[in-house]
Amino acid sequence: MKRIISAALAAMVLTVPAGMAMADTVKIAFIDPLSGPFGATGDAGLRHWQHAADLVNADDGINGNQVEIIGFDNKINPKESLIQLQKAIDQGVRYIAQGNGSSVASALIDAINKHNKRNPGEEVLFLNYAAVDPVFTNDRCSFWHFRFDSDADMKMDAMTDWIATKPEIRKVYVIGQDYSFGKAVAAAAVGMLAEKRPDIEIVGNELHPLGKVKDFTPYIQKMISSEADAVITGNWGADMVLLVKAATSSGHNVPYMTYYGGGLGAAAAMGEGAVGRVMEVSEVNTNLDTPDAQDALIDGFEEKYADISFYYQRVFNAMNMLDAAATKADSIDPTKVAFALEGMEYETPYGKVTMRADNHQILQSLYMSTFSTGMKRDVEHTGFGWVSGEGDKIEAANTAMETTCKMSRP
Amino acid sequence: METFLFSLLNGVIYGLLLFMLSSGLTLIFSMMGILNFAHASFYMLGAYFAYSFTQVTSFWLALIFAPLLVGLFGAAVERWGLRKVHANGHVAELLFTFGLAYLIDEVVKIIWGKNTVDYQIPAALDFPLFELFGAQYPAYRMFILIVAVAMLAALWFLLKRTRIGLIIQASLTHPHMVGHLGHNVPRIFMAVFGAGCALAALAGVIGGNYLTTEPSMAAFMGPVVFVVVVVGGLGSLEGAFFASLLIGLMQTFAISISASFGDIFGWAGVSPTSELGSITISSLAPMLPFLMLVLVLMVRPNGLMGTREV
Repeated sequence: MKRIISAALAAMVLTVPAGMAMADTVKIAFIDPLSGPFGATGDAGLRHWQHAADLVNADDGINGNQVEIIGFDNKINPKESLIQLQKAIDQGVRYIAQGNGSSVASALIDAINKHNKRNPGEEVLFLNYAAVDPVFTNDRCSFWHFRFDSDADMKMDAMTDWIATKPEIRKVYVIGQDYSFGKAVAAAAVGMLAEKRPDIEIVGNELHPLGKVKDFTPYIQKMISSEADAVITGNWGADMVLLVKAATSSGHNVPYMTYYGGGLGAAAAMGEGAVGRVMEVSEVNTNLDTPDAQDALIDGFEEKYADISFYYQRVFNAMNMLDAAATKADSIDPTKVAFALEGMEYETPYGKVTMRADNHQILQSLYMSTFSTGMKRDVEHTGFGWVSGEGDKIEAANTAMETTCKMSRP
Repeated sequence: METFLFSLLNGVIYGLLLFMLSSGLTLIFSMMGILNFAHASFYMLGAYFAYSFTQVTSFWLALIFAPLLVGLFGAAVERWGLRKVHANGHVAELLFTFGLAYLIDEVVKIIWGKNTVDYQIPAALDFPLFELFGAQYPAYRMFILIVAVAMLAALWFLLKRTRIGLIIQASLTHPHMVGHLGHNVPRIFMAVFGAGCALAALAGVIGGNYLTTEPSMAAFMGPVVFVVVVVGGLGSLEGAFFASLLIGLMQTFAISISASFGDIFGWAGVSPTSELGSITISSLAPMLPFLMLVLVLMVRPNGLMGTREV
């Protein structure tokens, strides 16, 4: 008996590596800040990718290949990101995921374009899940870049549509981080408001250094003095948390229209004073009606990572679309997968999304959500969460913008 | 008017916080001639210790014990570290504190993680104190002001009105003479180093929840503190005080000015839409302390009130 068992064991030991050698691992390098002021935000993103990969792996992986997510800390520095990119490529990574910081995404796109040109057959594909500078899907569009989040202009379009219906808003203050993304948000806000509500006065248009301001009170003070009726901000990470923290402690009670008010840590900083006042434009909030399977997914995620909340639906969209594209192409080669992704339609629990073929920008429905209390799902155990009502949904097709992209394909 | 008043208040508070940090640094320098690069790291340790204290006990205990602990740690660093290195001269001391700063940085990351910890303002102080021109003023800010002023008064009294202060002042300028009079000069040095670190830690305890508590807070504050000490004059406590307030006020006021170069230098033909003209004064705020550092070193190399060469 004993001999049979050991023989069986030996057989297993021998066959398992052989079996594994048949299938490759699809390595995805997650290049984002994992330390510093934006570390918490990057870390939350990493855990969403990890969870999405776990789900795909449990379901036979991508074309039978297991997905592995490898985190690389870029300290939100474009130069450091290029070093991490090289490190990832050296480890045999062919897929890059990044989202925090359009400055970083910009550097990565350039580097990946160059790498792919110089190393035919070893192409690398960039899955952008959050860097929303519109330029990446317009003048600087690349065949190797796919954006799974709506860009800054699309979100601002939704936001300004909402503002246009509020006649009581007459003065708007725009504040953002001083880099490409913050500038894109400010330009979009000023341009679109002038078009939709020419009577609105922009009483402030301010850029502050990225991740350097620890006390926003002087900025809030300025907003109060300007008598703004609403504030528009693209801030994220610590800059978002500290901005609303200062606003709350100074009692600045006007609507805050944000891109990332739902980001990690913001809810706890905002508290009671922000209820009904802080809005967020995003592809999803966790209190939307969803099929049971999605509820189970969110529960599973929040059970596994108890200290953060489910936030990036688009990470799951990106992972599942990558899986579907690989199936369609019957390959895990980035070039073939990229062609399969172009024009792909995918049914998410929140409706259909489409990856535009002409500029690689996703079209997904957007929601204007309001910070509230007493809803089904709260954020980070604070008792506060995000809800949206009638008329807060912008259909996917309506988010489409004209593009200046002239895609060159291999 | 309201902008002025609030900027004044916020500027003074930030300035006092800076002074709390830099007073220890300037004391240590004037006494031992050591430019302590790790000083801001003690500030960070203060904030992290306070955070850990508030997890198990209360903020008030943290306010007392976190600076004490860091002070003891600082004294130990002097006794078993710096004193040994001292024999090898100033460069060795500089390198030692430089290395120590990195060491503390890494240890903090290992113990408390790489991300911001949730160090919160105590609930008892988390309310708006008064409302002025439509803006509320948080009570905690006033508390910072009170603690800083109390510390300032205590420090002044200790140095200028007590026997201990007399001996400390004497050993600043004539350490050998003080030694000949039978005082234990190395022990005085150790006490001053520990006290300086405790002051930095106190700034960390009350500043860590007012700003943020994260591993890069030392690297963020470090350069500003050096600016304060150099601008004020190396080794001059009064100078550090005025320089702190000056920098605090300058940074806060700069943020409240919306004018751009184009508006100010329009007469010289700088267009508000040009690259240079679109720079606003408020966006220059983080740069101002360093601009001041360069200017002071050019015009008054001794600093505002310093007597020694830098």
